[in-house]
Amino acid sequence: MKRLIWLVPTVYIFFLMLPIYWLLNMSFKTTNEILGSFTLWPEKFTVENYITIFTDPTWYNGYINSLAYVTLNTVISVSVALPAAYAFSRHRFLGDKHLFFWLLTNRMAPPAVFALPFFQLYSAMNLFDTYFAVALAHALFNVPLAVWILEGFMSGVPREIDETAYIDGYSLPRFFVKIFMPMIASGIGVTAFFCFMFSWVELLLAKTLTSVAAKPIAAIMTRTSSTSGYELGLLAAAGALTIIPGAVVIYFVRNYIAKGFALGRV
Amino acid sequence: MNKTWNNKAWFMVLPVLALVALNAVIPLMTVVNYSVQETFGNNVFFFEGVKWYDEVLHSERFHASLFRQLVFTGIILAIEIPLGVAIALAMPRKGPWVSVCLVLMALPLLIPWNVVGAIWNIFALPEIGLLGHSLNALGFDYNYTRQPFAAWFTLILMDVWHWTSLVVLLAYAGLSSIADAYYQAAKIDSASRWAVFRYIQLPKMKRVLTIAVLLRFMDSFMIYTEPFVLTGGGPGNSTTLLSIDLVKIALGQFDLGPAAAMSMIYFLIVLLLSWVFYTLMMRDEDQI
Amino acid sequence: MARIELQNIAHSYFANPAGPEDFAVKELDLTWDDGGAYALLGPSGCGKTTLLNIISGLLTPSRGQVVFDGRDVTQEKPEQRNIAQVFQFPVIYDTMTVRQNLAFPLKNRGVPHNEIAARVTEIARMIELESVLDHKARNLNAEQKQKISLGRGLVRSDVNAILFDEPLTVIDPHLKWQLRSQLKKLHRDFAFTMVYVTHDQTEALTFADKVVVMYEGEIVQIGTPEDLFERPSHTFVGYFIGSPGMNVAPVTIEGRRAILGGHAIELARGYPDLPVGARLELGVRPEFIRFVDTGEGANGEGLPVTVKRVDDIGRFKIAKVELAGVPLSIVAEEDTVIDGDEAHIVFDPDHVHIYADSHLVEGAR
Repeated sequence: MKRLIWLVPTVYIFFLMLPIYWLLNMSFKTTNEILGSFTLWPEKFTVENYITIFTDPTWYNGYINSLAYVTLNTVISVSVALPAAYAFSRHRFLGDKHLFFWLLTNRMAPPAVFALPFFQLYSAMNLFDTYFAVALAHALFNVPLAVWILEGFMSGVPREIDETAYIDGYSLPRFFVKIFMPMIASGIGVTAFFCFMFSWVELLLAKTLTSVAAKPIAAIMTRTSSTSGYELGLLAAAGALTIIPGAVVIYFVRNYIAKGFALGRV
Repeated sequence: MNKTWNNKAWFMVLPVLALVALNAVIPLMTVVNYSVQETFGNNVFFFEGVKWYDEVLHSERFHASLFRQLVFTGIILAIEIPLGVAIALAMPRKGPWVSVCLVLMALPLLIPWNVVGAIWNIFALPEIGLLGHSLNALGFDYNYTRQPFAAWFTLILMDVWHWTSLVVLLAYAGLSSIADAYYQAAKIDSASRWAVFRYIQLPKMKRVLTIAVLLRFMDSFMIYTEPFVLTGGGPGNSTTLLSIDLVKIALGQFDLGPAAAMSMIYFLIVLLLSWVFYTLMMRDEDQI
Repeated sequence: MARIELQNIAHSYFANPAGPEDFAVKELDLTWDDGGAYALLGPSGCGKTTLLNIISGLLTPSRGQVVFDGRDVTQEKPEQRNIAQVFQFPVIYDTMTVRQNLAFPLKNRGVPHNEIAARVTEIARMIELESVLDHKARNLNAEQKQKISLGRGLVRSDVNAILFDEPLTVIDPHLKWQLRSQLKKLHRDFAFTMVYVTHDQTEALTFADKVVVMYEGEIVQIGTPEDLFERPSHTFVGYFIGSPGMNVAPVTIEGRRAILGGHAIELARGYPDLPVGARLELGVRPEFIRFVDTGEGANGEGLPVTVKRVDDIGRFKIAKVELAGVPLSIVAEEDTVIDGDEAHIVFDPDHVHIYADSHLVEGAR
């Protein structure tokens, strides 16, 4: 029994890979072939779908838009969370526990609740259909998480380090950038990963707040499936391409995944 | 960590506060506003008190969605938590395969949610999807676009596929933090495999499991995109979960009053249940 | 308790060890007497924890046999060898009370309830945890938790040996002596076979009857604390034990004298059979060098040294000097007068040792 224990993760991973394999399978077929027959491997292997995506601006702009606002969001969320997490980690101040808790409750808000209000808010601010709108909107959910994760990592660095630096004449900003941040580098990496992850995958708000100029790839895909009547091959290729950024990011943080997923608080 | 009392720390927190307040307070105020007002168009509002709350709380439609949501979340938690823990326990603790496993398992977590929905939408189609085709070939009469049971089955399978890895990763992180000495001592004490799990692994995983349960509870309770892309809420209403219903009312029908009231109720339910879960699981802990 | 023998033991963490460097523990033979209190002393990475794990069965040695009371247990698992091991940090079952912790090993072995209860009470009294028996184990302090770990080992009546792997690491420094003396008392009262691994010489020397010093996977000396102090058989032992450690200086031997940087030092023994081409060193502990006024000493004059630094510790002084460029430490009485940059010293011939390639050479009288 003990020998076969490796079957468990193997079977699980196989199960995970099945739908992805099917997606890839379809992305290399023409829509006609997909609708016409059922085959485990493309009869007529074609990269037509991918070519369309790489050459049609409506498609590849979608990817660019998505990457743009996700990166923007990650940068904003992490930069804003860093000083706040530091404050929570090192200081007690009036209302600190309540503030921390309130931040976490925002993570618990159903995005659906915010769909309409965000739509109105960002339109009123003239930010509708811009990268900023989505980046800022996602910040509502990412910033609390970022603060929570960063605070966990920061609390692992003893206070003595700060005090030594002050004695040595460092000002707070200089100490923070030159000494502190390198020490929590893996924490920042984990945080950035989570921010990227959440912002990249979220759709409802991204769709609500954009129409043309900043439309994410996810929204373009759903538009395709409804209007031009199931261009399945194209859809599959587009979907397959959205998996790539995620895979790349995981690859880069693969050494921190185990540690990082416990949000530094294990 | 001994923290110093320093009210000037508020300056460091200000950017976060501003950003989150902008996104949270203003919209919520809007929502609260709408929830207690009535409009007949032309931006003219009348204060209506708790009329909308009353209506929503007594509406059958709301009850139905809430019920579906509770059932969905319940099933999800019952499957994903034990399954995730079991897989984490079965994974090797050290060695070259560990990162390979973790990377592959993390993949579903990084796929845009609508793509997840789209993948399963096609994967489960009776004629051309691998799952749909196979199930029908095995003799099951399976069509998730027409049969509520099949729709639920597919929905749950999709969520398990999508999110179990989160539990696995969290549980695995918790397990990795257990020092070898504990296992060695257990060997010396002649502890059985079950005793090792019950007295060493499970207690040490408590913190990460709490995080896992809370996250899965909250996210499954608020789920929108994947089921929407998969079934659109159908067939009929059978998979219309709370979020889907809310968006239908708010953005589809622009019924601001009821939508707003429902939003507030929804939010409060999530908060309440999260708090209950959290307190229950943290009963024995000394600190947060 | 049992007599434990390690025969031809060697261990490598590599599957195909190429040479001696790949072995964490190089070939050795060792016997631990029944009821002895031993310390296994050495710096980090010297192989002492590996050796301990070989004894306990957590590690199966690449080569050799482990024998308990004449029985070959090399292939047996830890629970079959009946040993108790206390780790660097307290290993307790958080969710259980102290009583349940202590009862755990017995429960797992199917011992009847009333026997368990009696045994637990007895052991709790032995390790002075009676008053907290029904408290949750995780609420106790580090010292008490270590005692629980110890107790879980003692609670089995057929324990062969108790192994300690640097058990005082997490205990507050000013409480360490408390736990240490309790362990010593336990040994005196009950004659357990105890093996105590540490890198701290104070712990080793105060706890053990016999100390096994390890260095780079080899045993360099086994002896009582006095042996280690008076006659270190390896320069490492000399350097590692004592504070400050032994002075070691390269010399050449001429008859019954050692020549250090041009100066002659009288030796108590002759060394006719020195290995050819070996690196010769002289070792003498700081406690056995004396300051003298010029004119004293067997040959009329002490050896001239330059005084680099004198630290007054209170009860004694530590002087750092240089003899012909070779640095030496000297422990002097508190009323010794050392002024100026020049002084003279003599060595006590009985405590001057000669080492060839770091190993002690027995001289001829």
